[in-house]
Amino acid sequence: MNSAVIASHEDYLSSGWSWRSWLTTLDHKRIGILYTIAITLLFGIGGAAAAMIRLDLLTPHSQLVSIETYNKLFTMHGVIMVWFFLIPSIPATLGNFLVPMMVGARDLAFPRLNLASWYLFVAGGLLTIYALLTGGVDTGWTFYAPYSTTFSSSRVFAVASGVFIAGFSSILTGLNFVVTIHEMRAPGMTWFRLPLFIWSMYATSLILVLATPVLAMTLMLMAIERTFGIGVFDPALGGDPLLFQHLFWFYSHPAVYIMIVPAMGVASEIISCFCRKPVFGYRFMAYAILAIAAFGFLVWGHHMFVSGQSAYAGTVFSLLTFLVAVPSAIKVFNWTATLYKGQVSFQAPMLYALGFIGLFTIGGLTGLFLASMGLDIHLHDTYFVVAHFHYIMVGAAVMGFFGGIHFWWPKITGRMYPEGWARFSAILTFVGFNLTFFPQFILGYLGMPRRYPEYPPEFQVWNVLSSAGSSLLVFGYVLPLLYLMWSLRYGERAPANPWNAKGLEWETDSPPPSENFHSTPLVTEEAYAYARAEPPHG
Amino acid sequence: MADGVAVHAPQFDDAEQQRTASNLGIWIFLATEILFFGALFAAYAITRVRFAEAFAAGSRLTNLPLAGVNTAVLLTSSLTMALGVHAARHGARRALIGWLGMTIALGCAFLAIKAVEYRFDYLEHLVPVLDFHYAGPQADQVELFFYLYFFITGVHALHVIIGIGCIATIAVMASRHTFSPAYFTPVDVTGLYWHLVDVIWLFVFPILYLISRS
Repeated sequence: MNSAVIASHEDYLSSGWSWRSWLTTLDHKRIGILYTIAITLLFGIGGAAAAMIRLDLLTPHSQLVSIETYNKLFTMHGVIMVWFFLIPSIPATLGNFLVPMMVGARDLAFPRLNLASWYLFVAGGLLTIYALLTGGVDTGWTFYAPYSTTFSSSRVFAVASGVFIAGFSSILTGLNFVVTIHEMRAPGMTWFRLPLFIWSMYATSLILVLATPVLAMTLMLMAIERTFGIGVFDPALGGDPLLFQHLFWFYSHPAVYIMIVPAMGVASEIISCFCRKPVFGYRFMAYAILAIAAFGFLVWGHHMFVSGQSAYAGTVFSLLTFLVAVPSAIKVFNWTATLYKGQVSFQAPMLYALGFIGLFTIGGLTGLFLASMGLDIHLHDTYFVVAHFHYIMVGAAVMGFFGGIHFWWPKITGRMYPEGWARFSAILTFVGFNLTFFPQFILGYLGMPRRYPEYPPEFQVWNVLSSAGSSLLVFGYVLPLLYLMWSLRYGERAPANPWNAKGLEWETDSPPPSENFHSTPLVTEEAYAYARAEPPHG
Repeated sequence: MADGVAVHAPQFDDAEQQRTASNLGIWIFLATEILFFGALFAAYAITRVRFAEAFAAGSRLTNLPLAGVNTAVLLTSSLTMALGVHAARHGARRALIGWLGMTIALGCAFLAIKAVEYRFDYLEHLVPVLDFHYAGPQADQVELFFYLYFFITGVHALHVIIGIGCIATIAVMASRHTFSPAYFTPVDVTGLYWHLVDVIWLFVFPILYLISRS
């Protein structure tokens, strides 16, 4: 890129200030920001529900809320966080912003579908919030039949409809990314020159387009069964509740990879930049991402070891689940090998990325405990499971999300964030997270079941530790919101490439012009062609 | 675009890139449709294996003559759609509009015959929840068969309705001289969708009407 060509182009933020210019925008960067605003609000709601749960669990007896309310709180927390925060978190925000920029395109292949996906997401979100506020739902985020189809008297239909609608926004986003990555790469941007973030978006998109339809159909079958009193899930009507679980987890296990794979992509970008080294074993990293996505479709039965499914099926699912550990371990080892002899510096994005590796490793290894059929009988439906998946979905995935937001904040907004506060928040989040969730491993191992508002008094000390940790987490998540907002007005102006990073997105202005690049970039080097002599900030 | 010069949306480099992108996009969308119906077929298969006799009894109560005619109607509509795409490729605008009109007519005929079939099902007391009476054994399981019958054919009919809407839209576009041999991607893409709806029917028809019927 010749940066001296034209400097008079206005950037994408100042191309229009009206509400209308935002709500009818076809610019992938603006749609990414619309998504960021929407999921931040939903994250707040889901987080408030979590805070209520942790407050209630301070004492062995449920003193803060009634038992019915408790059921609705953890369902609300799960539904909002899974479908309205974690699934869209990195793909719909950073992915929307970065996919066209990283491949050197002017926009996604289908900008109108992209905007439609945001409206579908908002419609699904509003319907869900409306249902949760006007009665709530108490099935847990898993909607297990026949409780959801027959017995629950809460607003199952409306919430399932909200999730159903939001599912189509996932499908449209995934479709857009796959087509863009296939068809719109700049000259010279071969498949194996793509940043690993793009590989992670590609793998995630494949899961989004292939798994989400199954969830949509399952929720539709469930909702209609609930409405008409006949269907394939309720055993009293001749149905099979295990069928619901199979169909549900066929989506919902891959959904976990929708949450974590993008964070792996973000971590690869950050670690490489702040080590001044190419990612170790680039091709293996790309293949490992695809392998995780592919294996992810074949392991859903490990959620059902104690459901009465056949022991032979269980054995196969257990074995395949252990296989997922292979590409996951390749990734962890390769990130570590990237650090080795790197010129490491500890800016906030790097702190988040290092925290991501640690939490992902703990979450991944405890997953192997749960993949063992014998051990799972003891641990199933206990707080051990809760701790395990929070290490992956909240610990690792949200650390990745925050790391990415900080790393690309100068590019997105044209402003630098306050580095000291950001480092403090990264460390606070890491400490608060471990204090919240590590005690839950112990609680689960000792036998405390999940989703219960009451517990024996001897468990109180671990629960108090966990609740104390969650209050630190609240600060860890609210602080960035405050100082990032502050930086929009008072932050130092960002240069085009504040980290001296590689990648096409850093070769254009901060913030970028509406058409991303002043002229179509030509790619002549491999990804992560870092030279040690250049320090991370120029 | 009436002058036949290919234009393309600003995010694309040229019309060829736009065409391949749109084609890849529709193929991915068709993959999601297959997974969407796949879940439904899986639910049907599992339930059928568990209640094989009741499902066979249910199958025998379905209206094979009407469904057979409907299969022919839908297959013919795929032929007229394919001829429409062919006409678009050669810039034969009037032929294109004619073939699209025939496809719409056949699609509507399919829906009309389906409605008649539903009417007969209703008169024979085969509609679950609303009015279901079955004198033989395993009446609940036969009702489950008819629940799935209405669910699957209903979701399929919804796709036919959406397809007719899409074809009507491109017919209007064609009448406004939107397409040329250099640019007829919407025709191509709609055609692929319509063929998928047809192919899904080719699975729906045997599993509901034909298996263990005799």
